[in-house]
Amino acid sequence: MNAHYELPLEDAGYSFGFLDEYAKKEVRRCILKAISIPGYQTPYASREMPMGRGFGTGGLQLTLSLIGEDDTLKVIDQGSDDSVNAVNLRQFVQLTCPGVDVTEKTQEATLIQSRHRIPEKMLTEEQILVLQVPYPDALVVVEPSEARRKVMHGEADYSRLLVKLYEDVVRFDEITISHRYPTRINGHYVIDPSPIPRWDVPRLHQSPALVLLGAGREKKIYAVPPYTVAEPLVFDDIAFRVEDFRDANGQRIACRCCGSTVSFLDELIDDAGNITHQCSDSTYCEEQQETISARKRA
Amino acid sequence: MSYVAIKGGKAAIDGAAATTDYLRCKGGLQEPLTLAMIEEQLRLLTSRVVSEGGLYHPRLAALALKQFQGDTLEAAFALRAYRSTKPRLLESPVQDTANMRCIRRISSAFKEVPGGQYLGATYDYALRLLQLDLANEDPAAFKAVAKSFLQDTPDSEVPDNFPKVIDALRAEGLLPPVAPSRAAAFDITRDPLVFPVPRSAALATMARAETGGLLAMAYSNMRGYGDVHPTVAELRVGYLPVMLPHPVTGELMEAGEVLVTECEVVAMYEGTNGDELPTFTLGYGACFGHNEVKAISMAILDRALQKGMQDGPTNPSEDPEFVLLHVDGVDSMGFASHYKMPHYVTFQSDMDRLRTTQQKMKEQDTEETA
Repeated sequence: MNAHYELPLEDAGYSFGFLDEYAKKEVRRCILKAISIPGYQTPYASREMPMGRGFGTGGLQLTLSLIGEDDTLKVIDQGSDDSVNAVNLRQFVQLTCPGVDVTEKTQEATLIQSRHRIPEKMLTEEQILVLQVPYPDALVVVEPSEARRKVMHGEADYSRLLVKLYEDVVRFDEITISHRYPTRINGHYVIDPSPIPRWDVPRLHQSPALVLLGAGREKKIYAVPPYTVAEPLVFDDIAFRVEDFRDANGQRIACRCCGSTVSFLDELIDDAGNITHQCSDSTYCEEQQETISARKRA
Repeated sequence: MSYVAIKGGKAAIDGAAATTDYLRCKGGLQEPLTLAMIEEQLRLLTSRVVSEGGLYHPRLAALALKQFQGDTLEAAFALRAYRSTKPRLLESPVQDTANMRCIRRISSAFKEVPGGQYLGATYDYALRLLQLDLANEDPAAFKAVAKSFLQDTPDSEVPDNFPKVIDALRAEGLLPPVAPSRAAAFDITRDPLVFPVPRSAALATMARAETGGLLAMAYSNMRGYGDVHPTVAELRVGYLPVMLPHPVTGELMEAGEVLVTECEVVAMYEGTNGDELPTFTLGYGACFGHNEVKAISMAILDRALQKGMQDGPTNPSEDPEFVLLHVDGVDSMGFASHYKMPHYVTFQSDMDRLRTTQQKMKEQDTEETA
């Protein structure tokens, strides 16, 4: 290396949205294609982001390509705005997108980036939900080769996936897929809806909000456009079932903080070994608690 | 309540950063590492990072190594992320490695090759005995090494560049001629790999692959999961002048030079179609920096993948999808690390399935015994 070379220190400041403009434009084009072909995994030249592959780089590229100064962003991980990874991603967006507002309130956000959950509160047409995706292809459980999976998707050939579900029923009398439940979009492509629990899958169906899914490491973008049919893969005589939060007596367990019996719960074990439950969506839980205390005050 | 994992995220991240930086600076040392020290004295480490980072910037590679405390995966990762912020300015024309200013070039195919064998800097024949006098190296003696070496080596003794060994093999008809039409090279930074991919996509992916990952795949082929049986026609390390078109005249001009390792392996001939005479087959490896094991591994895998692309893979190392999607350090280390992140929701969902299944099986048992 040239001995007189000096590091371009003044160059350390990054442009709005970190990525160069060509990269953002390319991502936006892929988003349009993904919306036009609901559920189709659109390949794109995913860029390396300054956080680990698997930490939401796909979702982050979607967010950075879409965000503008008039947007309000909410970032959640495991349903919480304060989870370490959510904090990290939000800080990065704030650092590289000056002027963008952030919020914890679901209804205030124009753009919501999430890992593993869809907020409990119903989203609106004015909102875009970006989901982070580790495995974009629902067929990967039955076929490791991407080239072969691509053909199967094209032909809407999901027979091997249905056989897997059937074998589950035969062996365990239950479908054992817990999260990442294969979901058919607009009657053709079956997607991996990202590792959301089964609880969240019905909310993809006819969602007023646009749902974008980004897999950075696997370099794919796909979408569930607003008001699109999204059906979990099941059999006519075996119903799709979400997570069951009933105790041994068949009573629905309530959140220990807000008392909700209609939200997805986290199970917590304290030092004494006691199991308690709490809302996974922390903002929803806080709002429920505020409503209760306001009612008490009144 | 002792379970507070979902609050205090920011404080935890800040604390982790402070602790990590403390570990970098502790030990009562007077001087921090300079970038020049890393770049020069740990040159092979720097080489590895520019190669895996896919960005030829040894000074920034040294900075990344300092910042990430010697972790090559993290350092290469930081270079890649830096690269994401830069637009692509132009497509470079094909660079001729015969113009390389070699610091080392060898052939294991011939005792004598045009231009001669130059062992150069290598540990190949060094005894791996710990050199204990380096433990407390005298700065004056350290400086004297560089000075006396240069004094004792007149410039005129080393040729500027060397002919390529494979050109001699081509002239003899032992290798096929270079295919005349060349499609534009596949740019893996601008296009995703959708299989089947052209050979240029495979070469570009391997050129910035993680060294250990590439070596493991190539070694599986060497041991018997494959049958390339390579001979190193030539391995050369040196500074390659980068020729770029002048922005105004369009004429090629030297924009600078990059340290490159290049390796060509020759493998046995295969059956041909029709009247063509059989020839040896070629595997090619090249990467930024001085990384000989990587270049050799890449050359062997290139040959294995060409076979897989032509006849269908019979071994993992011949399967383009298997090799190319699993050798990237940034992808694989990121995904391995991501398992450390919270997975409360998915695990909750897993428990739901297991408990329901257990419950159903208990009920079945009760029914059967009743």
